[in-house]
Amino acid sequence: MMLTQDVWEVISLSLKVTTSSVLLGMLMGIPFGAFLGLYSFPGKRLIIALIYTCMGLPPVLVGVIVYLLLSRYGPLGSLDLLFSAEAMIIAQVVLVTPILAGLTMAAVHGKERTYWETAKSLGATPLQMMLTIIREARGGIWSGVAAAFGRAISEVGAVMLVGGNIEHHTRVMTTAIILETRTGNFTAGLQLGLVLLAISFLFNSFLMVGMMNQMKSRRR
Amino acid sequence: MMKNLRFAKVFLLFSLILLLAACSQSSSAPATSPAAAPAPETQEVKEITLATTTSTQDSGLLDYLLPIFEQQSGIKVKVVAVGTGQAIKLGEDGNADVLLVHARKSEDEFVAKGFGVNAFDVMYNQFYIVGPADDPAGVKQAKTAKEAFGKIAEKKATFISRGDDSGTDKKEKGIWTEAKIKPEDSWYLSSGQGMGETLQMTDEKKAYTLTDEATFLSRKLNLDVVMQGDKSLLNPYGIIQVKSSAKQEEGMKLIEFFTGAEGQKLIGEFGQKDYGKGLFVPDAKKR
Amino acid sequence: MNRLKLKDLEVSYEGRTVLQVEQAIFERGRIYGIVGPSGAGKSTLLRVMNLLEKPTRGSMQLFGTDVELPSLTYRKGVPIQRKMAFVAQRPSMFQATVFDNVALGLRYRNLDKSTVQKRVEHALGLVELSPLARQRAQTLSGGEAQRIALARALACEPELLLLDEPTASLDPYNISIFERVIQQVNHQQHMTILMITHNLPQAKRLADACLFLHKGRLVELADTHTFFHHPASAELQDFVSGRMIC
Repeated sequence: MMLTQDVWEVISLSLKVTTSSVLLGMLMGIPFGAFLGLYSFPGKRLIIALIYTCMGLPPVLVGVIVYLLLSRYGPLGSLDLLFSAEAMIIAQVVLVTPILAGLTMAAVHGKERTYWETAKSLGATPLQMMLTIIREARGGIWSGVAAAFGRAISEVGAVMLVGGNIEHHTRVMTTAIILETRTGNFTAGLQLGLVLLAISFLFNSFLMVGMMNQMKSRRR
Repeated sequence: MMKNLRFAKVFLLFSLILLLAACSQSSSAPATSPAAAPAPETQEVKEITLATTTSTQDSGLLDYLLPIFEQQSGIKVKVVAVGTGQAIKLGEDGNADVLLVHARKSEDEFVAKGFGVNAFDVMYNQFYIVGPADDPAGVKQAKTAKEAFGKIAEKKATFISRGDDSGTDKKEKGIWTEAKIKPEDSWYLSSGQGMGETLQMTDEKKAYTLTDEATFLSRKLNLDVVMQGDKSLLNPYGIIQVKSSAKQEEGMKLIEFFTGAEGQKLIGEFGQKDYGKGLFVPDAKKR
Repeated sequence: MNRLKLKDLEVSYEGRTVLQVEQAIFERGRIYGIVGPSGAGKSTLLRVMNLLEKPTRGSMQLFGTDVELPSLTYRKGVPIQRKMAFVAQRPSMFQATVFDNVALGLRYRNLDKSTVQKRVEHALGLVELSPLARQRAQTLSGGEAQRIALARALACEPELLLLDEPTASLDPYNISIFERVIQQVNHQQHMTILMITHNLPQAKRLADACLFLHKGRLVELADTHTFFHHPASAELQDFVSGRMIC
């Protein structure tokens, strides 16, 4: 296996699916996490316990549930989404959103109370205040994004189930690695694994640089 | 271009690492076999590794046969159920003691290259071409498998291939070649997964696929058999001992069990209770 | 219209009353000093007025607007909050430039860009830190940060400015700038200012009137001269003469 057309296709689909999932997850998880970090209300402990549980959800379980929902015989079967990139994105959004919500909550909660009191006393509406605190806690939130990205791109159980590993349609890096291994093609599997590693490394170092800059500016 | 070049360089580096990994793998293979041979502790439970295809595992045949063997012989059998391609690779690397597979050409090569000894025919089962009940491609009218595939291609009906280099996959590719069709349009999907998953997908997508009888009968799906009985749809299984295995005696015992009178009888009976007919037809003989 | 009135205010935590003010009236455009020993409830008073804390009961009349404090929701409180501004003892600077920090309250109010620009520049000019506009707020010294916090509050052009020991950890140079700015906005904009301080000379210098809080109760509220020279209560006499053990 060298970087043939097929391999590029697999890599680019992996990136597309992962990026879309993480972006969608951010859209939901960050506001929700910030809300949990800022306000208290009855039932909050239960929700937090659920989020922390969901951060470690077994991907295969998520895969099965999404599969059953999207199946031709399932409640959302008419959407005809099973074995598509969209189905993989749905499953991964379920996987990464709790991570993003949980780590955002921790980051926001870790910000001193004085920050949100300052925002409030400057006349921020609840929404404006939340946005300010999200901006303020961005260092911690970015590490959540990194964790979510890492989980999504390296995940195989759920995407295999709901994507189906269909060549040219839903074959991504992880499922391709499984296939290569199953057909005794260990070298190709390993090579793809290295590409996966390289992408994770690049992405995380990119984020790290951002975080380091933040830490530096705070220390001064 | 520049980027590609740089990437190529990085890849060269990767490949170097891989080469090293590959070398250590192949050199360690013979080295491990003597090392793996346990110091004869007679009281210890002996264990051998059987590399087989997903179809035998998925059908439940092994769960039915192996406990009986283990009880009689006192040898534990560890089953690694993978595609035929990987099963054979496991044998070549000395990571399995016995192979139970169904890809005659690869099996013969395996023996010819000196990796395997004591090859036997064990049994055969049938392949079906299955598809949606309303049979939009009209496959039911076809007389041979070749013709059936021709109709599917002509109608551009969705066909799901396993695409995993397994025995079933090789069988399917063989039929396409025979029919002189190169399936590669968007109607031809390659799942890269096992038979069970591929059948599930075929059902979901209202498509056609080639399946072994055992896996098909063990699933309750809304799929009909649209073609069966053609000579090219027979699927013989072979059992082969890995030459580099350190457990020749135990391996041979397993082979004797599968090809012996009792094993053959059990194989013939398997599935009759659940499906009304045996899933495998025993036909043991030394090759 | 020109009065700020607190009525029947009570704050208690777990059944323990920490602040009780039956009535307090403040006139618009004056500077009030709030003094008293530690733990007297001074900060709690300002936090309640700034809607950061909810009293057990009590109401506030803010220059014509009646506010029932215990039942006030965050959302409903926003327009009231926007009439006032608050500077704490230690400034909280957000991770952004000085300009963006000062502009924050104005952006919350959705003011247009040129107004924001004009007001921020004016506020920075007041505290004499215009050259620092593009600098990151995290790089400021303590004194500078506190002056920026004041500029941030003043940019909002509040009717009421609440200050919680704003100069407690500043050096004399920064204190003098701070005091000058307070007097300036008080004169020019007729801004009402409530300032907690432990520094009695500072209260004498700046305040038109003073409050004395002791053990959670408003003991005395009087003109500064009367407050310091003819204190009515024994507690205040002890306090101003330095005999009270805090």
